[in-house]
Amino acid sequence: MSVESAVGTELKVIVFQLKDEEYAIEVEYIQSIERMQPVTRIPKTYSFIKGVMNLRGVITPIMDLRTRFGIESKKSDDATRILVISKDNIEIGFIVDGANDVIDIPSGKIEPTPEVVGGVEADYLSGVVKLDTRLFTLLNIDKVILNS
Amino acid sequence: MSTSEYLDVFIDESQEHLQSLNDNLLLLENEPTNLAIVGEIFRSAHTLKGMAATMGYDDLAHLTHSMENVLDLIRNQKLDVSTPVLDVVFAAVDDLEAMVNDIASGGTGKRDVSNVTVLLEQIEKGGSPSQVAATVEEVEIPTTEETLTAAFDVSYDQFELTVLMQSQEQGYHSYQIKISLDERTMLKAARVFMVFEVLEQVGEIIKSNPSAEDLEEEKFDLEFVVTFISKIEAEEIVKRVNKVSEISSVQVHQLNIEELKKAASEKETGLEEVVVETVVSPQKAVEEAPQEKTTAINGKKVTNEANKTIRVNIERLDVLMNLFEELVIDRGRLEQIASDLKNNELNETVERMSRISGDLQEIILNMRMMPVEQVFNRFPRMVRSLSKDLNKKVNLQILGAETELDRTIIDEIGDPLVHLIRNSIDHGIETPQKRLELGKPEEGTVILKAFHSGNNVFIEIEDDGAGIDRDKVLKKALTNGVVTEDEASKMTDQQIYGLLFRAGFSTADKVTDVSGRGVGLDVVRSTFESLGGVVTVDSTLGRGSVFSIQLPLTLSIIDVMLVEVSDEKYAIPLSSIVETAIVNKKNVFSAHNQKVIDFRGKVVPLVFLKDLFEIPVEDELDEEYYSLVIVHKGDKVAGLVVDSLIGQHDIVLKSLGNYLTNVFAISGATILGNGQVALIVDTNALIK
Repeated sequence: MSVESAVGTELKVIVFQLKDEEYAIEVEYIQSIERMQPVTRIPKTYSFIKGVMNLRGVITPIMDLRTRFGIESKKSDDATRILVISKDNIEIGFIVDGANDVIDIPSGKIEPTPEVVGGVEADYLSGVVKLDTRLFTLLNIDKVILNS
Repeated sequence: MSTSEYLDVFIDESQEHLQSLNDNLLLLENEPTNLAIVGEIFRSAHTLKGMAATMGYDDLAHLTHSMENVLDLIRNQKLDVSTPVLDVVFAAVDDLEAMVNDIASGGTGKRDVSNVTVLLEQIEKGGSPSQVAATVEEVEIPTTEETLTAAFDVSYDQFELTVLMQSQEQGYHSYQIKISLDERTMLKAARVFMVFEVLEQVGEIIKSNPSAEDLEEEKFDLEFVVTFISKIEAEEIVKRVNKVSEISSVQVHQLNIEELKKAASEKETGLEEVVVETVVSPQKAVEEAPQEKTTAINGKKVTNEANKTIRVNIERLDVLMNLFEELVIDRGRLEQIASDLKNNELNETVERMSRISGDLQEIILNMRMMPVEQVFNRFPRMVRSLSKDLNKKVNLQILGAETELDRTIIDEIGDPLVHLIRNSIDHGIETPQKRLELGKPEEGTVILKAFHSGNNVFIEIEDDGAGIDRDKVLKKALTNGVVTEDEASKMTDQQIYGLLFRAGFSTADKVTDVSGRGVGLDVVRSTFESLGGVVTVDSTLGRGSVFSIQLPLTLSIIDVMLVEVSDEKYAIPLSSIVETAIVNKKNVFSAHNQKVIDFRGKVVPLVFLKDLFEIPVEDELDEEYYSLVIVHKGDKVAGLVVDSLIGQHDIVLKSLGNYLTNVFAISGATILGNGQVALIVDTNALIK
């Protein structure tokens, strides 16, 4: 949706790393980027919900994006970041392997995700962008946080 | 002038007046001859009319005016209070409420009220015609000539009083000036204009009686009264006004604002009398007003405490509460640091701070407390109309309306209580004929009661109606598959009545065979449970039922027991804890694959939090003893097995947010002294 509305303009995104791929989230949804901090596990919830953390007095749920996308999980390190997303009254943190770039994407460069049978994550994506030698996958946040 | 800044005040006060109208009309129905109550009703209506007119809500003002006319007839004993008359007045009040609600939700307050207006007018015409004519023309002005000369009868609404107050604070004098024109005056309006001009050179006219429009259109006799603020002395005013020709007399009275204000807030009896006294001899009014007042409103306490209170937007209190929660969290952190460092001076300071913040906490919580009266006072009206609709006779008794609860809870309990009271009247109380046959008094009684007990508030709804037929309920539950035969045979009566609150009951399309009991009660239960409350029901067939609701005093700060299981910490609300215990493993028995203990002669099942919450365990400790937290839900008890008990803490309850809803057995979270999050265990979910 936001992709169409931005036709002919530039889209500011935050680029982050998951395993060996680069993903992008529109910057307007990002509330803050935090270093890894203690997370309290919540029993009997979705496997990809890592737990909750204290974000300056607000209890914020944390999702492990690796688990969400079916990538094997990994121990957090110095590069690990939590992207705090705020959308439609929902606040949630995504654990990613690293976040280090804010770039502008000409929206004309966004191409639909190639539809391939059996692609696990295709549902969560709203497009791919090829910029010079880099390829970013644009996340569809609504789908990612949909908990069904 | 922009009226928007007064809108909130207007809405609040209108609602208060409407409530007072409802209350007093009900009182009047019981004591049709008590004219003091009529006076009270009249004044509420009158103030409401004044406010509505000032704010420009004409429909509201007009309808109040029509209603006032009828009330005036009653007040002057030209019309008897009867149920048909009151029905129309009640209907008018309903319309007024709808308009005020419309205004409150941002509307214009416009509404087609022609039906009620016509009815009111019919009643009015049915009264003594001459009287009607008099009142229609001069509702605000007493009809007798004597009162007029003595009184300068002008009443002020809240807004005008505020203006008067403020101008007095700024050093202005307030006057009422009565100006009489010469009988032979040709152009009365022109004279009025000249008087106004003279006065406005040295001050400001706040109000004129008759209104400026009526004066312009010469809709007045020879006299008019203006309320005037100025810095000049009274004699000076007389001199100035007398410069205008064709003026026969000028009388100036300095207004005593304090008295006016007091008089207004005390809702003095007999509008004319007290205003007279206020102007003529303020001291006398002070002496007499309070006494008259007590007789007037049936001994109900309406003191001038209103002057000492302040209206605060609930949102501001919420902000204060949130800030305070942060403080409580930091206090916890400080306490922990101090106990680690073991520095005497630090310890003392932290202890002092804890004590002060404890007191602060109490004050803030108290500020949010409101009497349940807020909710209860809408029920007498509801019961009246409901019993009329159902042709039943019901006497509603309200006890403990002064019991206080947190505002957030008050806001939520109205609708479920309506449901329970409807239920009691609809399905509990029998028809008058049936009651007489059964040898009961014709009139049924519903008692709505609120009281404190420990850290809880209880609300009970008791009726002396038919009660609940346990066999019918059970049969229904079995047919609907809510319970199995096996379960049913073991259930106590209490548990069977509790089935009424099960979801399966309300979704059943035909419930008439259990006299409709149970429809929607699951919604009632879930509303109360979301507030941390518990609903139970008890009943005796043929004698009546009692619905009892237990509610926490407040929602945001609670006392918990912190426990540790492996590396995780959990908080268990103190309100659901019976006690803590340590038992030897030897004393744990196994019954049908369920670990149980014998606790004070009772078999108590054990819940291992480690297993229940799938807590990762690094290396299994093989201890001889179990640490237990015995929790209860109603009269059912279970023992939660934990690794260790950390201790009792005051914590700030925080929600898990909009994303994580319906987490199993977790009702929220809190932030501990070290900044980490601990989950709060919902023990109600652990006990079936």
